[in-house]
Amino acid sequence: MLGLNKRDMTMLLIVLVLALTAPFTLNPFPTDSAMAQFNAGYPDLMQRFAIFAIFAIGFNILFGLTGYLSFGHAAFLGLGSYAAVWMYKLLDYNIAPGLVLAVIVSGLFAVLIGYISMRRTGIYFSILTLAFAQMMFAIAYSDLLGRFFGTSITNGETGLQVYNSDPQYLIDSWESGPHLFGLFEMRSTYTWDVGGWSFDFNAGYYLCAFFMVAMFYLSIRIFRSPFGMMLRAIKSNQTRMNYTGLNAKPYALAAFVISGMYAGLAGGLLASMDPLAGAERMQWTASGEVVLMTILGGAGTLIGPVVGAGFIKYFENIFSKINESVLHGWFGFLPDGLENALIWVVEHFVGPGWHLTLGMMFMLIVIFLPGGLVEGGQRIWSMLSNRKKAKDGSDAPQSTPAE
Amino acid sequence: MDVIILQLLNGLDKGSAYALIALGLTLIFGTLGVVNFAHGALFMIGAFCSVTLSKLLNLSYEVVDETQKDFMGNPLKVKMPYIESWFGPEIGASIIDWAVPLAIIFSIPIMIAIGFIMERGLIKHFYKRPHADQILVTFGLAIVLQELIKHYYGANPIPTPAPEVFRGSFDFGTLLGFDANTIIYPYWRLVYFAFAAVIIGGVFSFLQFTTFGMVVRAGMADRETVELLGINIDKRFTIMFGLAAAVAGLAGVMYTPINSPNYHMGMDFLVLSFVVVVVGGMGSLPGAVAAGFLLGILESFASMNQIKAILPGIDQIIIYLVAIVILLTRPRGLLGRKGVMED
Repeated sequence: MLGLNKRDMTMLLIVLVLALTAPFTLNPFPTDSAMAQFNAGYPDLMQRFAIFAIFAIGFNILFGLTGYLSFGHAAFLGLGSYAAVWMYKLLDYNIAPGLVLAVIVSGLFAVLIGYISMRRTGIYFSILTLAFAQMMFAIAYSDLLGRFFGTSITNGETGLQVYNSDPQYLIDSWESGPHLFGLFEMRSTYTWDVGGWSFDFNAGYYLCAFFMVAMFYLSIRIFRSPFGMMLRAIKSNQTRMNYTGLNAKPYALAAFVISGMYAGLAGGLLASMDPLAGAERMQWTASGEVVLMTILGGAGTLIGPVVGAGFIKYFENIFSKINESVLHGWFGFLPDGLENALIWVVEHFVGPGWHLTLGMMFMLIVIFLPGGLVEGGQRIWSMLSNRKKAKDGSDAPQSTPAE
Repeated sequence: MDVIILQLLNGLDKGSAYALIALGLTLIFGTLGVVNFAHGALFMIGAFCSVTLSKLLNLSYEVVDETQKDFMGNPLKVKMPYIESWFGPEIGASIIDWAVPLAIIFSIPIMIAIGFIMERGLIKHFYKRPHADQILVTFGLAIVLQELIKHYYGANPIPTPAPEVFRGSFDFGTLLGFDANTIIYPYWRLVYFAFAAVIIGGVFSFLQFTTFGMVVRAGMADRETVELLGINIDKRFTIMFGLAAAVAGLAGVMYTPINSPNYHMGMDFLVLSFVVVVVGGMGSLPGAVAAGFLLGILESFASMNQIKAILPGIDQIIIYLVAIVILLTRPRGLLGRKGVMED
């Protein structure tokens, strides 16, 4: 079906079902229970799951397939956001033109940056992309373009947002926030209260989820296509590929542009959920985060980036919410000295110290599990099935008596 | 003319910092073949060594001073640093005043120890792994170090002044025959430049004129052959890693009076230092130093008001622009050798 084999179809269906049922599955605890802080089923976070999954899926097409490690991918995310917000400022709150422009603009920039950066490989490529991203961050953060043209283009530190004085040529009186052709507003949410639970069904989330599933499907098709095979060839041995008479550069550049457009779409969606765009989205920390998501999930695997993005965004959210009083609540049953010692240790990693956890996770994953969570899962799976087989094997001789 | 000389001087101190960090990066890359994204964090730790030392020296206890009275007429409690009570007020005060230069001595063993631990504990396991893995693991380490510093020292910059003697400015104008007060240059920046020159000269002569340096250079050129000659090159490269860490740390220690250290200063410098290394040519020590000064000076010229009037904000992107142009015209960088990082 849809040009996929059975295994890929199952994977696509799993992602689809997970995306559709997320408001339930991410809200397993009743609202007023003590565990409610582990719920992730509120619109803002679910949107982030889907958007950063798109970002990471796109990054994986470049890094996972070709092995080119771009350290400046967040630049395209920021570009997408700026493009979308400019459409709100010029036209109206309909997100469709914004998303289209976001993808086009980030694609064009990806062609330019990719063409220059791809002339070098390895570490040079990483540093060139990092330099481009930092340059674009500096331009956006201090609104250098705006100062050059004598107007405001990225609105500097404040970030780009929609003001009442903006032209908005197509605006209707009823529009107050991003919507899709007037069909539904992004922030419209239906809350279903059942028992102690309350489930939020948010229009914006379902739009992001739709794009996420569509982009996931596209990435499966790219992975299984001859083009995807070429990209893998670049990763495994570019020199040998050249000897067979193939020019690796156009393929690598195409992968770079595709992943840039994915990032642009993700940026446009971020601006669709909340009509703002700030320079911090382009900073190198944001680029590092998408690298981490991809690696954590498993670079070069289909489902890895989705898992990694969800994992990081979830823990970012949970960890940064925990504070000292919550810890005291948890460890209250321990003797005082032990409790304080434990809290002293854990305190480093939670709340504002979430980045420390992130860095630690980064190191541990790269050191012990270069294949990411997907590889870890596969290892456990094969260990379990081997044990089962071994058990079957040990059962077999018993059934045939020795005498 | 005087404006040009002033910008030239202004570029020197930033250029010195770039050159020192880039030198360490190149040393590590040339010897171990590892791309160290945590090098900026070492620079930052160096800076915080001097913050720590000045805090330690300022540790004090309260004494009741009978000569001073508050408005009620009661004797005032004043803080008395331990140092002053041990060495007497005169010497004690000057020790506190000289905290930053003293931190050089304080930081060298710390930085070398951190370098050894990093190399033996982490980097060693990454020699055979792809460069992407090396980048990622050192990047993670940089985040960890940065967040630890943030946890203990807070997010705000901590001002750490230079010794009293160096706090003024030097009037170059009168020296060179221009009007007075046209070329004003803070003493400490001169000190920083001289310090950087000494360190760079020291590293180069260490590599050039000692037997140890000769072996290290031989190892950089052909590691296997040196190993076959029965020399334990690993041990020497570990020592070079410690040395590179110490160079970065010292650059940080001395930089504190110029810019108050905060936890993300390392990353700010790291990105630029990598650009410097790439412009200078990966694996080339003279290239790294030359490119460091070159880009530092270019940056300060770009921040001149006359140039900013034509191209606003050019000072913030000039380095990246230059890097892109150089990499496109001379892909190996200014002084890069053939065969280094060509894959």
